[in-house]
Amino acid sequence: MLELSGVTKTFHAGTPNAMCALAELSLRVAEGSWVVAIGGNGSGKSTLQNAIAGTVAVDAGRIVLAGQEITRWPEQRRAALIGRVFQDPYRGTAPGMTVAENLALAARRGERRGLGWALGWRVRRELRERVARLGVGLEDRLDEEIGTLSGGERQALTLLMATWRRPQLLLLDEHTAALDPRRADQVIRLTREVVTRERLTTLMVTHSMAQAAVLGDRLIMLHRGRVLYDVGGAEKARLRPEDLLERFEAIRREEQLDASVAEMLRGQYV
Amino acid sequence: MTLLLGALTVGLILALVALGVLISFRIFRFPDITAEGSVTLGAAVAAALLLRGANPLVAVAAAGLAGALAGSVTGVLHTRCGINNLLAGILVMTALYSVNLHVLGRSNVALLRVTTLTTWSEGVAQAWLGGGAGGIDLLGWEVASRDLGALLFAGLIAAATAGALYLFFRTDLGTAMRATGDNPQMIRAQGGNAENLIVLGLALSNGLIATAGALLAQQQGFADVQMGIGMLVWGLASVIIGEALVGSRRLGLTLAGAVMGSVLFRLLVAIALRWGMDPNDLKLVTAGFVFVALVLPGAVAKLRRRRAAPGGSHA
Repeated sequence: MLELSGVTKTFHAGTPNAMCALAELSLRVAEGSWVVAIGGNGSGKSTLQNAIAGTVAVDAGRIVLAGQEITRWPEQRRAALIGRVFQDPYRGTAPGMTVAENLALAARRGERRGLGWALGWRVRRELRERVARLGVGLEDRLDEEIGTLSGGERQALTLLMATWRRPQLLLLDEHTAALDPRRADQVIRLTREVVTRERLTTLMVTHSMAQAAVLGDRLIMLHRGRVLYDVGGAEKARLRPEDLLERFEAIRREEQLDASVAEMLRGQYV
Repeated sequence: MTLLLGALTVGLILALVALGVLISFRIFRFPDITAEGSVTLGAAVAAALLLRGANPLVAVAAAGLAGALAGSVTGVLHTRCGINNLLAGILVMTALYSVNLHVLGRSNVALLRVTTLTTWSEGVAQAWLGGGAGGIDLLGWEVASRDLGALLFAGLIAAATAGALYLFFRTDLGTAMRATGDNPQMIRAQGGNAENLIVLGLALSNGLIATAGALLAQQQGFADVQMGIGMLVWGLASVIIGEALVGSRRLGLTLAGAVMGSVLFRLLVAIALRWGMDPNDLKLVTAGFVFVALVLPGAVAKLRRRRAAPGGSHA
């Protein structure tokens, strides 16, 4: 289970450019739950994932994962518990190394790196089997540099790397945003398969209303670093992309109203 | 022939510099200037120990460890203190100048009256191959067995080092180190401590470079506080030549290429000097070569793109 309580993060604090990305955000994600997070630009979606993964240090609050408080753990220590797929297919893999070498590194995620062979015959056999199971035809390309693969193929492999050792939490950071629709569908299919099969606790960020509506068992909408809308169960199942667009529209109207009220007050009092 | 053997021997010793530069520049993409100080540090430590009667192997090992320490300091300055990688290297290199003077005691020392690995290998070669003070016949050429011994010993060291590095970079730790240079974000996401791996990589790189310094001092018969100047560019030139020779990014070939590049570069230098090039121009020519090697591929690609573009000039 993942639990965040009062998590706060302000970038450029104390400067005129201060931006509150997470405002005392609290969130509980139950074991095996798949939460989809949506929100506009600057809503705090990516900062939320970065704070959990340890890429961004929070100013205040607690982050507990699988019963361990990880708030002050460095990123590499958290990696023993967290699998992550980035938006950019180039961030999750080492492009100059082979497919097999990348996967071998993932096979020992969170372990101490020693002087044993990275690619013993047993590891090689296992990774061939698991890559074949992906069904993207990469099992015969294990010795090719991963940088020569397409974005979709790399994202499929990054997903495999993130879940090779069952993570306590899988973070998906708009992981299909940089792919063409066909590849995106393929990666979403693979994601659905692995999350469902392994019953992974998952926090997925997306910009796609269609994905947000159909994937996961719970949806949260973030706005200005807070959870504005939280829906699960049957209500989530009934959700349509149009409903989400309507909510975004409502927020936009409210923002505009705020802006016009502020303008009016400025005109009267300043 | 003696000149050729000498050039090959020095080329093989400096292959360790090329391998060290390959690790920092190519594997970690870290422009580590510490190398210039590490060569001298290795030579100074080895010389100081040899003059105190230490076993040559112990002296070389201590030199390697001193270089590794210097590389670690650069790594720590960069990863823990947040100092720019170039500046971290410059700081350590500058500091090493004083350290080296202290270790040597003066600006240069001769190693002519002590037993070194070079004299040992020459002795072994003379005992095994015969030839005494004269020469032995090698494919129709008369060569001094001691020169041949020094060459074989240097070749053995270079081959063993490249082989050991090949095996090391295929271990779990070595693979993680390569991944750190390729994409530090990825290795962190896989639980690797990128900062520690960088420190370890620079320690390995400078350890090798200092070992080369120790061997070079024994080969030349002296250690000089200036002997590291230009070594970084030398190593880089060797790596670039090696890459052109093997034309592959595969690990084994890249390592072999660095060794071959060093030997070939040393041979080219020996030939150029033989043809009358002023030795004072050596470093200028080397720097010019590296400059051209770095700029040329980009310029050629740009020219090709321009020619391929619609409306471009066609030859």
